[in-house]
Amino acid sequence: MKALSTVISIHSSDTAGVCSALYELGGMTVVHDASGCNSTYATHDEPRWYEGNGMVYISALTEAEAIMGDDDAFVTRVVRAAEDLGTCRFIAICGSPMPMMVGTDFDALAKIIAERTSLPVIPLHTNGMRSYLAGMAESFTALAERFCREDVQKCPGTVNVLGATPLDFSVNGQVESICSWLREEGFRVRSCWAMGSSLDELSLAAGAEVDLVISSGALALGAYFERRFGIPFVAGVPVGEKFAAFLAEALREAARSGRSSRPCLDCRRGDPAGPGVIGETVMSASIACALELERALPCRVLDPLEPEFGLRGPGDLSVPDEAAVASVFAGAPAVIGDPLYRPVVPAGTPFIALPHEAFSGRCFRKGMKNLIGRNFAKEFPSC
Amino acid sequence: MKRGFDALSLPIGRAEFPQVFPAGLEFSPPARGMWNIVHTSMLLPESHQIYVCARGCLRGVILTAAEMNAMDRMSWVSVDESDFFDSSMESCVIDGVTEILHKLPRRPRAVWVYLSCIQLFAGVDFSQILRELRSRFPGVVFIDALMHPTMRKSGLTPDQFTRRQLFAALEAPAKFDRYSVNLLGSDFPADRECELFPWVEHAGFTCREITRCRTFDEYLEMGRSFLNFTWIPQAAAAGDALQSRLGQKHLHLPMCYGEEEIEGNYRTLAGALDLAFPDFSAEKEDARAALAELRREIGETPVVLDYTAAPRILSLARRLLEAGIRVERIFADSFIPGDRADFEFLRERFPELRITPTLHVSMRFPEEGRGSGKCLAVGQKAAFFTGTPHFADLVWGRGFYGFDGVRKIAGLLADAFRAPKELPQTIRHKGWGCESCL
Repeated sequence: MKALSTVISIHSSDTAGVCSALYELGGMTVVHDASGCNSTYATHDEPRWYEGNGMVYISALTEAEAIMGDDDAFVTRVVRAAEDLGTCRFIAICGSPMPMMVGTDFDALAKIIAERTSLPVIPLHTNGMRSYLAGMAESFTALAERFCREDVQKCPGTVNVLGATPLDFSVNGQVESICSWLREEGFRVRSCWAMGSSLDELSLAAGAEVDLVISSGALALGAYFERRFGIPFVAGVPVGEKFAAFLAEALREAARSGRSSRPCLDCRRGDPAGPGVIGETVMSASIACALELERALPCRVLDPLEPEFGLRGPGDLSVPDEAAVASVFAGAPAVIGDPLYRPVVPAGTPFIALPHEAFSGRCFRKGMKNLIGRNFAKEFPSC
Repeated sequence: MKRGFDALSLPIGRAEFPQVFPAGLEFSPPARGMWNIVHTSMLLPESHQIYVCARGCLRGVILTAAEMNAMDRMSWVSVDESDFFDSSMESCVIDGVTEILHKLPRRPRAVWVYLSCIQLFAGVDFSQILRELRSRFPGVVFIDALMHPTMRKSGLTPDQFTRRQLFAALEAPAKFDRYSVNLLGSDFPADRECELFPWVEHAGFTCREITRCRTFDEYLEMGRSFLNFTWIPQAAAAGDALQSRLGQKHLHLPMCYGEEEIEGNYRTLAGALDLAFPDFSAEKEDARAALAELRREIGETPVVLDYTAAPRILSLARRLLEAGIRVERIFADSFIPGDRADFEFLRERFPELRITPTLHVSMRFPEEGRGSGKCLAVGQKAAFFTGTPHFADLVWGRGFYGFDGVRKIAGLLADAFRAPKELPQTIRHKGWGCESCL
């Protein structure tokens, strides 16, 4: 049976992951789509849309263009838009379901557009069928391949933060809190992929001593930097004072040893019979660490997204659809997750709502919590 | 180079009809008051929507339902590439819908089954799907529905298609009720202070609207009416379909603002209902007075409109201009066939009226085109682009019709001139008039 739901939401798509990852970098992102991808992204996935200036557009694909394979219409529109805007640092092009159906060759289109505009053009192979993690992973890695410079001196004590998008962290100050926490721990933030840093700052990422991966959508980028520049990565979000201290030490150890680590898995025992924490796995596992370290409450992380992107600790579980989610919730002593899961939480089971933009969009934006560092103690309700 | 929006604009005297600006990449302005297919489908009481689509397409419709606190009326099946290569496309829909209906706490009276562009492209057999579902759930009305924006320029748009299918569950009665009529296709309940309603109701007619139906049975009553009339062009296909399928007469009486055209609509209706044509001079005069009062109050303040404010935006612009109000600009990318007469009139009489695109990539940077003086906007997109807090929150004409509608709209503009609104908070709300969790 296909993934289906009677009552719960669905996570953002790969196209939203692309748009969100590239939003602040001065490039133009074009989703090859008839209609809908842009308004859905702009309404539900992008809290920076109203005040921001991210250049995200759709191609306005028509039936005739799809049937006739009229790629020239797409190319012409992109080239003309780049000319009209005049200030694009790069162009990213990506697909939705219809281009997948007609076999659009984005690599070829990127080459043609690059020739006509003399701009760097990044082809991304989304199809609107995978989650935002796939879009983040591909766009971050492609961006690094294209823009990160080799001729950069290593700077001791510097960190790249990888995986910052509003889809996982909203715009309630969490990313700023992570950067502040790093500074308090004696690190300097080399670049933040990709909130609050410019494309030029990202291009100097190779100078960092270590990477902090805060979303599973950036694990691929962490691995890429490890391969290409020898930068080890550490996976975890500094939730709660005790886990944050553990994470800071893991960063120092990675800088010393050059070895990557996953503290959000390593510092907890977990408990398959414990409360379920459902959501993106780096954040959920970090919350589970904080609960275990600070409240002696071992938990089980439940991954509702594609397993190939997530981290999995002992006892953690993939829950790919509503039936799996409901089944696990039925046996859990408590559930921690986005409010749109509440309808499948059994009556009487304690539920702690932690809104996640990639699941509920802007529905609960006012209730987004900042759990970074010592905020955890006051923001996270008692279980 | 990024340009102020005035540089992108054309005076109407030099604009082409109906497509003013060429197709290009499209920007999505953050004004969300217009309804989408989810909002419209929710008007059908006791119905449930099931979307069988790709994740990216599902996301927008699901969160539309979530924001209107209606997730208990929305379900979905997510499709992926393999569904198109292993001959399972139809069974994916049938089995998915079946499983969902078995799991729902209550069996809905009607189920919208929404497919998307990719299934149509792959040649899905929707008839077979419906036949099978109807045989499995004989007490449920299944409505075939499409979220197919790729085909938006080659037939009915998804919006038009949904408005048509909203009435697909109506059945032909043994005998039509000669004193019962329906208003079809409006998102909002009609403002019953409009002169049309006291007139026809006083003559013994019942006028039904789906927006006022609370149960599926009330909705079914609409099948008894002998006549349907539609206001908005996007609903005309619904009227035509019922005329052809059930034999209900259809009149398209467009939501317009000029005196002659309003009067023409009423004469058409009077003929169809076999009514004497009443004297509307008082209502006409009230509308004129409201516009004159508006003109006196706002003086030379420039007024800007956008195409989402009213289905016939050029008709509204013309009425305001003829009342001496300084309409400076209309935000629109193209016009509809029904706009042609007003377009020609404005081109002739007010050739400097500016037409400004909403979709152009440079409209991402509207601040570059904003003036410094006070302006009055009509419509959410006009408000966003100009950045003015003085805007009439008029979406798709609301339910304002006829001479009284003109009077009400003049009142909205006067209110907007006097009192600023919270711009971002107001226009972010999705689906004007719908419940919202924001």
